[in-house]
Amino acid sequence: MQIDWFPLWLSLRVAFVSTAIAFVLGLWLAYILANREFRGKEVLDAAVTLPLVLPPTVLGYYLLVLLAGNSPLGKLWENIFGSPLVFTWKAAVVAALLHSLPLLVKSARAALESVDRSLERAARNLGASEWRLFWRVTLPLARRSVLAAVALAFARSLGDFGVTLMVAGNIPGRTQTVAVAIYSAYEAGNTMVARTLVLVISGIALLILTVANRLNPRGT
Amino acid sequence: MISARLRKAFPARPDSASFALELDFQATAGVTVLFGPSGSGKTLTLDLIAGFVRPDDGRILLDDDILFDRAAGVNLAPQARNCGYVFQNYALFPHMTLRQNLAFAAERRPRLERHRRVNEMLERFRLGDAAGRRPHEVSGGQRQRCSIARALIGAPKLLLLDEPAQGLDAPLRAEFYDVLRQVRADFKTPMLLVTHSLDECFELGEEMLVLREGRLVQSGAPPAILEQPANVDVARLLGVFNLIPAEIRALDPGRNTSKVQMGEFELDGPYFPGHLKGDRVTVCVRPERLSALARNGRPGVNQIPARLERTVERPQWMRLEFAGGIAVDLARPDYERVRDTKDWVIEFPRESLRVL
Repeated sequence: MQIDWFPLWLSLRVAFVSTAIAFVLGLWLAYILANREFRGKEVLDAAVTLPLVLPPTVLGYYLLVLLAGNSPLGKLWENIFGSPLVFTWKAAVVAALLHSLPLLVKSARAALESVDRSLERAARNLGASEWRLFWRVTLPLARRSVLAAVALAFARSLGDFGVTLMVAGNIPGRTQTVAVAIYSAYEAGNTMVARTLVLVISGIALLILTVANRLNPRGT
Repeated sequence: MISARLRKAFPARPDSASFALELDFQATAGVTVLFGPSGSGKTLTLDLIAGFVRPDDGRILLDDDILFDRAAGVNLAPQARNCGYVFQNYALFPHMTLRQNLAFAAERRPRLERHRRVNEMLERFRLGDAAGRRPHEVSGGQRQRCSIARALIGAPKLLLLDEPAQGLDAPLRAEFYDVLRQVRADFKTPMLLVTHSLDECFELGEEMLVLREGRLVQSGAPPAILEQPANVDVARLLGVFNLIPAEIRALDPGRNTSKVQMGEFELDGPYFPGHLKGDRVTVCVRPERLSALARNGRPGVNQIPARLERTVERPQWMRLEFAGGIAVDLARPDYERVRDTKDWVIEFPRESLRVL
């Protein structure tokens, strides 16, 4: 029997894009949370973490309300890109981002905060701007832990099911990621396809988590 | 010259009592030592000057630059303060070589000058051979010299040193003192050095500020402070005095004499300005100024009979500890002459007596 590998490639592409976005956005949020004192800091932290604890249906519902074609954000997207966001693979990226971002922010914040404060003081004392301090001292010293956080975020991006199903749908060849494809194959009685995809995605996740553990000096 | 008026209060926390720093001082060229026990606010003082911690109130003036002035709303960033800082653990960047550590500190200079300056400092601080290695791959002495070189490379107007000799063994510490004396001679940068070692104050300090619980309790040249501590607290902090409660029985400014009652004995001392007859005071005298002798009949003038409790071996001398908490330090040959004595007297030379 012929196995359609499209869901795997789509999942990997979604994971790459969402991890890239999570890296930039998450590192910035982690930096803010680790270094700045402001009102509502703990609320921001909680808001970022929220997707980890809410049911997928709740998240999916929020995203549909926020991003649907008749919502302000949805309209904005359509005006810029010429096509709606929901029920495309890009919506799957948003769904994946919802889970990878909190993981990345949490671990990257811990990584940045674990850097010896006296080194940061030394850098400031030697005239380094906050920007140079971050890129030349803090980030290089937290490098391994941050990379481990990125790997973790990537692995998590591969595995979303519920939110993806709600906002990207289950369109074979267009928005059907591995997690969704496994569900479809199982429902349709294609146990061979389901089993193969299950094993492949488990293998990939195991590999990534092993790499993450190797990277992280303190273990995950 | 640094001139600082600092106010900083920390409220009590579950794991720490409240603390308030209230400090006014000035320091000119040379080494000024901040001396005090742990928790007296020494490191906090450096952090306030360097800009790591914001004072609640006050003013910090370095030469003609205002670093902080609460009233005028000035609070320069640490980056703009031009104070070199040698951290307690040196805080060298572990992922950079010694050369890169120095270059990082000189980065705002033009490329060629930076290069020249880094090489000059590497050479001056004898780091040439280790320049390409990272901090954990070089010796303790090299790390320490590198941290001083890095702090000085930007030509700071003030050098702050936070217990830089803490945890070094004796040879390294001696080497470090040499380096600092060299720096003092070559750079003319005023230095503010935090320590809780009295030896270090004498080794390096031209001026000494004694801190206790966030307050300045005495300032002056180290020998002057040792000669006349301002009060019992300072004498206790210095930790090198016999402190014995006493009462002044007579004072004669004309003949520069006094009589001091200590327990049941009366001692002759010099005139004590600023005290009155009948004052309850603390006699303050250093153990090496006293002598211990075999008792021979009635105790002589300024001699007190005492019971020896134990002797402590020290590298240079013997310390004899008597009942009542009086310690006497004897040079080894002097001790050998009296070591078999059973019945002791302690002699208090007239001029050695100070009262607080």
